[in-house]
Amino acid sequence: MPGETSAAAGTRRPAPAIGVFVAVALWCAVAARVGGQQAPTVAAAASLNPALPEVAERFARTRGTKVQLVFGASGTLTRQIQDGAPFEMFLAADEEFPNRLTAAGLTRDPGVVYAIGRLVIFSPAGSALSTDARLDGLARLVKTGGVTRFAIANPEVAPYGRAAEALLRARGLWDALRPTLVLGDSITQAAQFAATGNAVGGLLAYSLVLSPGFANRGTYALIPQSDHPPLRQRMVLLKRASPTATQFYDYLQTAAARAILQRHGFAVPQ
Amino acid sequence: MDWAALGVSLRLGAGTLLILLPFGVWLGRLLAVHSFRGKLLVEALVTMPLVLPPTVLGFYLLVTFGARSPLGEAFQALGGQSLPFSFQGLLLASVIANLPFVVQPVQRGFEAIPRDVRDAAACCGLSPWQRFVRVEAPLAWPSILTAAILAFAHTLGEFGVVLMVGGNLPGQTRTLSVAIYDRMQAFDDRGAGVMAATLLTIALATLMATTALSRRAGERRG
Repeated sequence: MPGETSAAAGTRRPAPAIGVFVAVALWCAVAARVGGQQAPTVAAAASLNPALPEVAERFARTRGTKVQLVFGASGTLTRQIQDGAPFEMFLAADEEFPNRLTAAGLTRDPGVVYAIGRLVIFSPAGSALSTDARLDGLARLVKTGGVTRFAIANPEVAPYGRAAEALLRARGLWDALRPTLVLGDSITQAAQFAATGNAVGGLLAYSLVLSPGFANRGTYALIPQSDHPPLRQRMVLLKRASPTATQFYDYLQTAAARAILQRHGFAVPQ
Repeated sequence: MDWAALGVSLRLGAGTLLILLPFGVWLGRLLAVHSFRGKLLVEALVTMPLVLPPTVLGFYLLVTFGARSPLGEAFQALGGQSLPFSFQGLLLASVIANLPFVVQPVQRGFEAIPRDVRDAAACCGLSPWQRFVRVEAPLAWPSILTAAILAFAHTLGEFGVVLMVGGNLPGQTRTLSVAIYDRMQAFDDRGAGVMAATLLTIALATLMATTALSRRAGERRG
């Protein structure tokens, strides 16, 4: 009977396969426990992506303790914190999102403004968009119908996107541009769209355009701060903050950390 | 290369199998051998993760277990970390998302065993457990192995749910697929490239393995 022979042939095979599998699974489960004490996790606005790792590295070198950085849109991170994400500190790109956490009783105190962000208009190499502080080049390109895709961050979750929307509305370009807008999940994703030439340009964070990833990718012009609501970036310690997180919070207000932020295109509060 | 992320991915894959394989084999065999009221509903529920976007699963997990939900509040009051944004939460999401990848191949495997083989085994006086271990499992094992490989590979590739309920925490919920997204956003194309190539290789090896397995199983039966 064919069924019987194949059953007999098969009986010897599964044992080693299952043995190997169980061994691997157990090893993986054990490896999970060995991780031990974790460095505090800090949630940070995407615009800090190039600057904050440098600050954290300097902090680790001088203080001997590490922090782990997680980047995302301020709104996304706020939502995650409200849903119970185990962050100990939050550096936002605006004041509204951290204030919302403070109002919900999730922070230790209202926190401080640690930096003021700047918006730039960026045009990738080869794009027809010319960049200037008044957005005249963008207005011209809109008139001639030359804008196929224009990148900003999603205004609902990213403060830089919200600033970009306010600026475009103030310039009277919002309605004309709207069908062409591509919205990044965060300002880094919007930057990705623009830098790779998949959009004719975008309104991005100055700190990102200054990062090594943007070297020789295109041209940009700094937008005057008075042209959009200020990007006052506030940080807060969350209720669960450990001493290390508190130290990092204090360190961000030192001259050394401020110098790094300034070098990455942020203004610092007096 | 983000080794911590690879570790999280492998642990997630192994953990998913550890939980899902025994359950999936039990459920798959049940669906293959027995007919009962509500079987259609169970089959539809099991298949659902295949057609629903991961965001639906993520949404319900956050609503059910998030810190602002009654369950999440109770969890935190007891001093525990809420399920979302933890490895355990990812594991739960992964087990649910992988149900069809395990149950369906297993069910097909047991369905392919002729009824008279089972009857003959019963006639020989084997207990149900002996029948399962000595007759059915050896016949169905290529399907079980296929299910395990598929679920493991699918776990490594899971992205949407992981990002939604995991939150990209290094060493805990940042899997390889999320690390690629993270590196892309940081303009680290090289880092993303290495990890993408790793996943590509694993996926290719996996699919070749499952194809070879099912071919061997087919030959043996034919």
